[in-house]
Amino acid sequence: MDLSAISPALLVASLMVAATPLLLAALGELVVERAGVLNLGVEGMMICGAICGFAAAVATGSPALGFAAAAAGGAALSLLFALLTQVLLSNQVATGLALTLFGLGLSSLLGQGYVGIKPPATARLDLGPLSDVPFLGRALLSHDPVVYLALALTLAVGLVLSRTRAGRSLRAVGENHDAAHALGLHVVAIRTGAIAFGGAMAGMGGAYLSLVRVPQWTEGMTAGAGWIALAIVVFASWRAGRVLLGAYLFGGVTVLQLNLQAAGAAIPVEVLSMSPYIATIVVLVAMSSRRRRATAPASLGATFHATG
Amino acid sequence: MTPLLQIEGLTKAYPGVVANDAVSLDVGAGEIHALLGENGAGKSTLVKMIFGLVRPDAGTMRLLPPDGGDKSLAPPGGGAMPLAARDHAPASPQAARAAGIGMVFQHFSLFDAMDVAENVALGMSDPPPIRTLAPRIAAISRDYGLPLDPARRVGDLSAGERQRVEIVRALLGRPRLLIMDEPTSVLTPQEAAILFATLRQLRSEGVSILYISHKLEEIRALCDRATVLREGRVVATTRPAGDSAARLAELMVGHRIEAPARPAAAAGDVALKVEGLSLAPAHAFGTALRDVSLALRRGEVLGIGGVAGNGQEELFAALSGERTTPRGTIRLGGRDLSREGPAARRRAGLSSAPEERLGHAAAPDMSLTENALVTAADRARLVRRGFVDWAAARAFAEGVIARFDVRTPGAGSTARALSGGNLQKYVIGREIVQDPDVLVVSQPTWGVDAAAAAQIRRALLDLAARGAGIVVISQDLDELIEVSTRFAALTAGRLSRPRDTAGLTTGRIGLMLGGAGDMEAAHAS
Repeated sequence: MDLSAISPALLVASLMVAATPLLLAALGELVVERAGVLNLGVEGMMICGAICGFAAAVATGSPALGFAAAAAGGAALSLLFALLTQVLLSNQVATGLALTLFGLGLSSLLGQGYVGIKPPATARLDLGPLSDVPFLGRALLSHDPVVYLALALTLAVGLVLSRTRAGRSLRAVGENHDAAHALGLHVVAIRTGAIAFGGAMAGMGGAYLSLVRVPQWTEGMTAGAGWIALAIVVFASWRAGRVLLGAYLFGGVTVLQLNLQAAGAAIPVEVLSMSPYIATIVVLVAMSSRRRRATAPASLGATFHATG
Repeated sequence: MTPLLQIEGLTKAYPGVVANDAVSLDVGAGEIHALLGENGAGKSTLVKMIFGLVRPDAGTMRLLPPDGGDKSLAPPGGGAMPLAARDHAPASPQAARAAGIGMVFQHFSLFDAMDVAENVALGMSDPPPIRTLAPRIAAISRDYGLPLDPARRVGDLSAGERQRVEIVRALLGRPRLLIMDEPTSVLTPQEAAILFATLRQLRSEGVSILYISHKLEEIRALCDRATVLREGRVVATTRPAGDSAARLAELMVGHRIEAPARPAAAAGDVALKVEGLSLAPAHAFGTALRDVSLALRRGEVLGIGGVAGNGQEELFAALSGERTTPRGTIRLGGRDLSREGPAARRRAGLSSAPEERLGHAAAPDMSLTENALVTAADRARLVRRGFVDWAAARAFAEGVIARFDVRTPGAGSTARALSGGNLQKYVIGREIVQDPDVLVVSQPTWGVDAAAAAQIRRALLDLAARGAGIVVISQDLDELIEVSTRFAALTAGRLSRPRDTAGLTTGRIGLMLGGAGDMEAAHAS
C-alpha cells in the first residue's frame, strides 16, 4: 500500500465536491421537515434534477442554466408531491416513496438520448492569486461556484430558520399545525413553499452529480444519495450546521475510502465501501443521543386538514 | 349605550348538525359576558366565527370601532350623533385581531419547542423583533400579575404558565374584546383566583370579556351577564349572580340533574396497596413519580387531584400496567402485580380506563364490538379456543350500551362516531361490567356534558357500593369532592397523605395542591 499517493490537499478538495450534492439535498429536506412534511421523494427529485440540468446544460452550453433548470425540474416534481399531500391529503410516506420511483422512471425516459454525452464544463471560480496559496488554494479555494453556494445556503437556512419571522412561522407550522392555523398562519401555503424549496435544492444536488462530480448522464446515477440526504437530516437533529457536518463527514469518508482502495489497502473493498455509511451514522447518532430532548418537529408527517 | 359587539341571527351548519341556529347576543363595553352551555351546544363555533376562524352561513356581527364611531358616517352638521357600529366579518384571525379582538384558546395554541417570546410573536399580526418584544412581555406580565420569563421554553412550563403566555399574547394586541375559552379547566383554585383578579382588572380598564365555561360557580362569581346556549340556540340570557347554580345547570341541560350521593366511608379490606413507587417520566415533558404509597380499601373511592403534568400520566401508567415497576411496589389483595402488563392485571381484577378516550381507551376506527374485545376478551370470556366468539362480543357490547345509556345506532358503530360523553360512558361501562376488584380511572368526565358526567359518577359509586375499590385521578376538584371518600393530592410526582373528603373545601384542596405561591406573591406586590 502506498499512502504517499494520497495528497491531503486533493483529498480535501474532492471531499468538498463529494459532499456538495448531499448538502444541497439535505438542506432542502431540512426545510421541508421543519415545516412538518416528510418527503421521502428526495432521491426521485435529485435524479430528475440530474437529467433536467444535464439536458439543459447540453442544449444551451451553459452549466448555470443547467443548474437553474435542475432546480425548476426538482421543484416541479415536488409540487406534484405538494398537490397530493397538501391538497388531496394523501399519505406522505407512501406518496414520497412513489415520488422516488416515479422520478427514477421519468429520468430514464428523459435521459435516453443523453447517455455517453459530455456536458459543458462548469468553470471554477477564479480567485486569482488566492487560488495559488499553497494547500489552502488547492484544497479550499479552487472550486466551482456551486460548492460555495451550498455553504452560503447552509448559513442562510440556519439564520432564516432561527432569526427571521418567516423561519419562525415555518417552524411553528411544523411544530403544531393546528395551533398555527388557529393563529392565522396559512399552513398549506407555507408547507407548499417549503416543499418547492426542498425540490429545487434536491434538483440542484442531482445536477451537481451529473454536471460536475461524474460528469455524465447514466440511469440511476444518484445511487442512493437522496436516501443518505434524508438520513443526514434526521441524524443532524434538524439543524443546518449539523447537516453540513454530516454531509462533509460522509463525503470525506467516501473520498478517503476510494483513495485507500486505489492505494491498495489491505482492507476488503466491501468494508471500505460501507465505511462512509457507518461513520456518518455512528457520529451523528452519538451527537443526537447526547441531547435527550426530542428534536423532531412535532407535526412531522402528520396530515393537516383545517376543520370548519 | 351601544354594545361593543352585537350579534344577530348568526347561523352555521355543518353536514348533519346545525352548530349555531340564529344566535343573537350582545356584549357591552367593559362587561364580562359568560357563554354557557354543554359540550356541543355551539359555544366554540360561535367564538370561532367572532375570531375569524369560521365563516357564518347567515346573520350579522357588528362591532363598535375603536374611536367610538365612524366619522365618515357622521350626518352633515355634526353634533351629537349615535355611535355607529361597523359590520364585523373577519376573514381571518389577523383581521379579527386588527379589529380589536383577542382570544385565549382552550387547547392552548402554543409551540412546545419554542420559547415564550417566539410564541407570543407568532400570535401577533405585526411582531417587533424579539429583543424589543421580550421587555414588553415582561412589562405586561408584571402589570397584570402574570409573571413570565420570555426566554423560557414553553414545553417546560406548567399549564398555568402556558395559559399566561396565551393571555399575554392576546393582551399585547391591546384587545377591546377578549375571548376566553374554558380558561380554568387546567388551573388550581388559587391559579384561577389570580386569573379572575386579572380579568377584573381588565374589565376596570374597559376591556370586554367573552367568557366560555361550564363551571357555574365561577360564572356566578365573575360574570355580569350570561347567555346560555343549548343545541345551537340561545335559550336564556340572565344575570348569573342572581341565579342559583342549579337553575343555570337546568337551563344548560334542559332538565334537572341530581347529584349522586357519596357513599358512607366503608372500611373493607385493603384491596390495592402501592408502596414506595418511583418511576421515571414517560417523556421529555413528563414528571417522575417519587416514592408514592397508598392503600385502597374495598368500597372506597380514592380521589387523586392535581394539576395536569404533576405525574398523573405516570401514575396511571404504573397502576394500569402500561409501564411496569420494581417488584413489590403494586399489590392487589396480596398478589404482586408490579411486573405484570395490563392484560394480566385485568385477569387478576385490576382494571383501568385512561383519560384519552379515542386512541387510548378505544381504537377510533373499530366498532364498539371490536373495542369490547380489546379489554374484555379474558374476563368476559369472549374468546374460545383462540377464536373470537363474535356473538358473545356483540352481546357484551350491547349489554354495556343498554346498561349505561350509550346513545348510538348500535354495537357496529365505530368508536369515532360517538360523542365524547357517550364514548366515555361506553369505555367506563366496559370495565364496570367486567366487575373488577379495583378500577382505576383517569379524568372520567373530562369534556363530558353534565348529564353524562352525572351518569358516569353514579356508575362509579354503584361499583364501589358493590365492594370494589376505585381510584379516580382527576383535575376536576368539584368532581373529586363529589365522588371520593378520601382525597390525596399529587404534586410534582409526590402523593400527599389521603384525607377524608368530608369537610374538605376546594380552597383547602387548592392549598394541598400547592404550586401557586409565586403567583400569590406577584399579586400581593
